[in-house]
Amino acid sequence: MIRRLFIANRGEIALRVLRTAKRLGITTILGVSEADAASLPARLADEVQLVGPAPSPLSYLNVDAVVAAAIAAKADAVHPGYGFLSENAGFSRALSAAGITLVGPDVSSLEAMGDKLMARQVGQQAGLPVVPGGEAATPQDALARARETGFPVLLKAVSGGGGKGMKRVDREEDLSAMIAMAMAEAQASFGDPRIYVERFVASGRHVEVQVLGDGHDAIHLGTRDCSIQRRFQKLVEEAPAPLLPDATRAGLEASAVALTRHLRYRGAGTVEFLVDADTGDFFFLEMNARIQVEHPVTEAITGVDLIEQQLLIAGGARLSLTQGAIQPHGHAIEVRINAEDADADFRPSPGTARRAAWPAGPGVRVDTHIATGGVVPPYYDSLMGKLIVHGATRADAVARLQAALGALQIEGLATTAPLHARIAADPRFVAGGVDTRFFDAFAATQEAR
Amino acid sequence: MSETLLTPDDVAEIVAILDGTPYGRIDIATRAFRLRVERDGEAEGAPWHQEWAFADGGAAAAAAPAPAAVVQDVPEGLTGVPAPLPGTFYRAPAPGAAPFVTEGDTVTEETVVGIVETMKLMNPVHAGVAGVVVAILAPNAMMVEAGQPLLHIRAE
Repeated sequence: MIRRLFIANRGEIALRVLRTAKRLGITTILGVSEADAASLPARLADEVQLVGPAPSPLSYLNVDAVVAAAIAAKADAVHPGYGFLSENAGFSRALSAAGITLVGPDVSSLEAMGDKLMARQVGQQAGLPVVPGGEAATPQDALARARETGFPVLLKAVSGGGGKGMKRVDREEDLSAMIAMAMAEAQASFGDPRIYVERFVASGRHVEVQVLGDGHDAIHLGTRDCSIQRRFQKLVEEAPAPLLPDATRAGLEASAVALTRHLRYRGAGTVEFLVDADTGDFFFLEMNARIQVEHPVTEAITGVDLIEQQLLIAGGARLSLTQGAIQPHGHAIEVRINAEDADADFRPSPGTARRAAWPAGPGVRVDTHIATGGVVPPYYDSLMGKLIVHGATRADAVARLQAALGALQIEGLATTAPLHARIAADPRFVAGGVDTRFFDAFAATQEAR
Repeated sequence: MSETLLTPDDVAEIVAILDGTPYGRIDIATRAFRLRVERDGEAEGAPWHQEWAFADGGAAAAAAPAPAAVVQDVPEGLTGVPAPLPGTFYRAPAPGAAPFVTEGDTVTEETVVGIVETMKLMNPVHAGVAGVVVAILAPNAMMVEAGQPLLHIRAE
């Protein structure tokens, strides 16, 4: 049982954890930076501990400072939220050395999912399909790999990230020239010439499965679709993933549970997949060993409080839910309201919300730490709040989203709410099941307008 | 530290109660907070919105970061290069690297003279005017406010 919970995060997720902890009768201690000392979560926490100055490397990302604050607070557990130290194996070890429980998986799970190549290996060991391909040290290797996977292929730098150094090759005759270029670029950009050859999925959807495990048993809580992304940042998420063939959905869920069992995973996690929208084939990408921003859509359709499940499991309990007890109903959509100006290349817009009128009512949930007069500091990410709608069908949820966005009024800061209103009205979004190319195509039509 | 305040769950409950009544709006003010819940229109199923604030409104604003450098007037004959956003000003592209510009450098409108980091994004600061850098006002790695002059340039 957890009695004193230290929350090592800020913003809406700090408030989200506080709410469930309070309901469970757990004393909450919020670790705050100097910039967040008067924030809404700080006012609602039972106790507050300063973790450092405003910049996150000196506060929320400072392992020593956060652990020292948790010790000073006499906490028996720490909830890390998402981002910051939530998947940091060193943080997990430092807490356990101090006799404090991390509300999260064992350090072995954090390490197994720590980098993408390692995650791919572990996924294969657990029997999950991965995108066909593999590492290539020489041009001959690369050609052999490409013949195995079939064209088109994607060449990626092993040490790369963020799309840098990625090349698409459509025909075998172009391969050798492209490999030489990709290896040279990989060497120049990352100091490592090794490349990776992977099948290119033209129409891909980002679908993930929420799982819960207690180290022995594992269950899933269905799918979420997060295909609407800008530069790999999610904008809109929904549950369940719309218009997915039954066989694909069942396969995704079974694979996610298999991996959770393989890892003897403890806590809440998310298994991410790339789904080929043309064929229905799916491939394991990675597992996020923490609560996710978009967890409320799963809560909406299952009625399960995922933070409560995290706290119970971290407190040593076995899973109280069975797979049969999870009976999702309806459809839920979340949009992220960020302090960014979507009409000015998503320029950040920190400052004070002169007015914050959030939607409310049946089927509407808002997770936010920003009330009228609330401050969005320039030091952290731009998430101001999340609007989550739930309806009996996807069409109901979309209609509710459109109405709720019409009721939302934030003054004093630019937000992504007007962008979401345009997305919610887009016929492709209304039809459902868009792939990850949606946002670029949507943005292009907006510009042409 | 904990105050008896309105929680999001309280607000949801208030809206749920109102939703079953003919009332379309409620205003509540206590010593701790002010809340307004309002239906947008008369129609059945019309959306609601809720707006609330701390009664001491200013306390939340106290969290706003104080500018580290003092805003200065721009002397006669010089042009100030304002910070495009509030954030942390950096004179160089990486720690230990040479600064983008130093006093005496000639710049064009497009020359990058610094970076302002806001919400983990690096925003280049362009000179905006062709001329010679006369003074660099903002210290490296310090918070600046939007509009605060970072450099003075003598336009040419």
